[in-house]
Amino acid sequence: MKKTMTTTIKHHLTDDLLMAYAAGNLPEAFSLVVATHVSLCDECRARLMEYEAVGGAVLDDAPECAMAEDSFAATMRLIDGMPADERIETSAMVRHDGNAVFPQPLRDYVGGDAEAVRWKSLGGRIRQAVLPTSKEASVRLLYIPAGMAMPDHGHKGMELTMVLQGAFEDDEGLYARGDVEVANEEMEHTPVAAPGPDCICLVATDAPLKFSGLLPRIAQPFIGI
Amino acid sequence: MNERQTSDVRWVQLVERVRSGRDQRAFAELFGHFAPRVKAFLMKSGADASLAEECAQEVMATVWHKAHLFDPERASVATWVFTIARNRRIDALRKQRRPEPEDLPWGPEHEPDQSETIALQQESEQLGRALAALPDNQRMLIERAYFGELSHSEIAAETGLPLGTIKSRIRLALERLRHEMK
Repeated sequence: MKKTMTTTIKHHLTDDLLMAYAAGNLPEAFSLVVATHVSLCDECRARLMEYEAVGGAVLDDAPECAMAEDSFAATMRLIDGMPADERIETSAMVRHDGNAVFPQPLRDYVGGDAEAVRWKSLGGRIRQAVLPTSKEASVRLLYIPAGMAMPDHGHKGMELTMVLQGAFEDDEGLYARGDVEVANEEMEHTPVAAPGPDCICLVATDAPLKFSGLLPRIAQPFIGI
Repeated sequence: MNERQTSDVRWVQLVERVRSGRDQRAFAELFGHFAPRVKAFLMKSGADASLAEECAQEVMATVWHKAHLFDPERASVATWVFTIARNRRIDALRKQRRPEPEDLPWGPEHEPDQSETIALQQESEQLGRALAALPDNQRMLIERAYFGELSHSEIAAETGLPLGTIKSRIRLALERLRHEMK
């Protein structure tokens, strides 16, 4: 067995999420968290490959739909006509960079590593940066200084929180680099950034967060949470 | 040995011939098998016939151009084609980007190990047989989850089954697949 990184990740993605990502049915914002976690987690990568293998088996077993008569010739013309730059794979050649704080899929959205993030203050030294994705769900980076609490919040939908630097703690446990917390509607939690390096998290939600504490409701539309 | 047992290794050899020799006959054989399945997959996901035809051709053109990136130790050809078709669907039908995980440090260029390749391809054939042997309701739900572009809750709405039942059936089916693979 090839093992390239020893991980201490304790909180993993759920089967539902991995299967939906393998099937290509997750909103872009959630896909970004899954891709970022899998970049650091051999265990979830192996599980993802299983789910993709199921997709392959389903495809192989699928009914056929006849191709157009000149289809093969048309495809060969397409192959010949592809400009050289389209023949070069980019995403699958993405390389592991052991020194980066952000894995490559996240660097693609940020336009660089942690120092390239364009933070906006949320007050109380907490900062966020919303990343551009399709509208069905949203994803942001949150910067929480060590020891500070995130605003108390519940959820209308699903929320994925992945730690990239530092750690946070809530009723569910301690989350460190690579760990993902999957929160649903029933959960109301108050994450607190652990002592040590300031905490940077990637947070995806499919509904606006409902803050019950620190931030007045009225401010929500303005800060975009 | 039936045809099913040998076909996955055969597909690997054909992709290898496309990669190393730009072999059009090998590609034609891959095309004959996979293009009509990719087209059916895209149509089940909501593409009309002409868009599905166009996308299936693009998927097969990608198979040609990216044959050097296929790693037979990590996936069957069917799985690799599935991921290309899935990404094309996300791009063409959902108009979204697809964030992909970082590739593993050893990358796709290492020399494939023959015994690991055969082991993986045999596993994939076993998976195919296990899928075919599932009870109809379980197999149908798995196909829906991959093909219909339906979330579990949408499958629940369409089949009238409670969401918990859908999830537990999918889980059961996947456990059964894993068990068959052991």
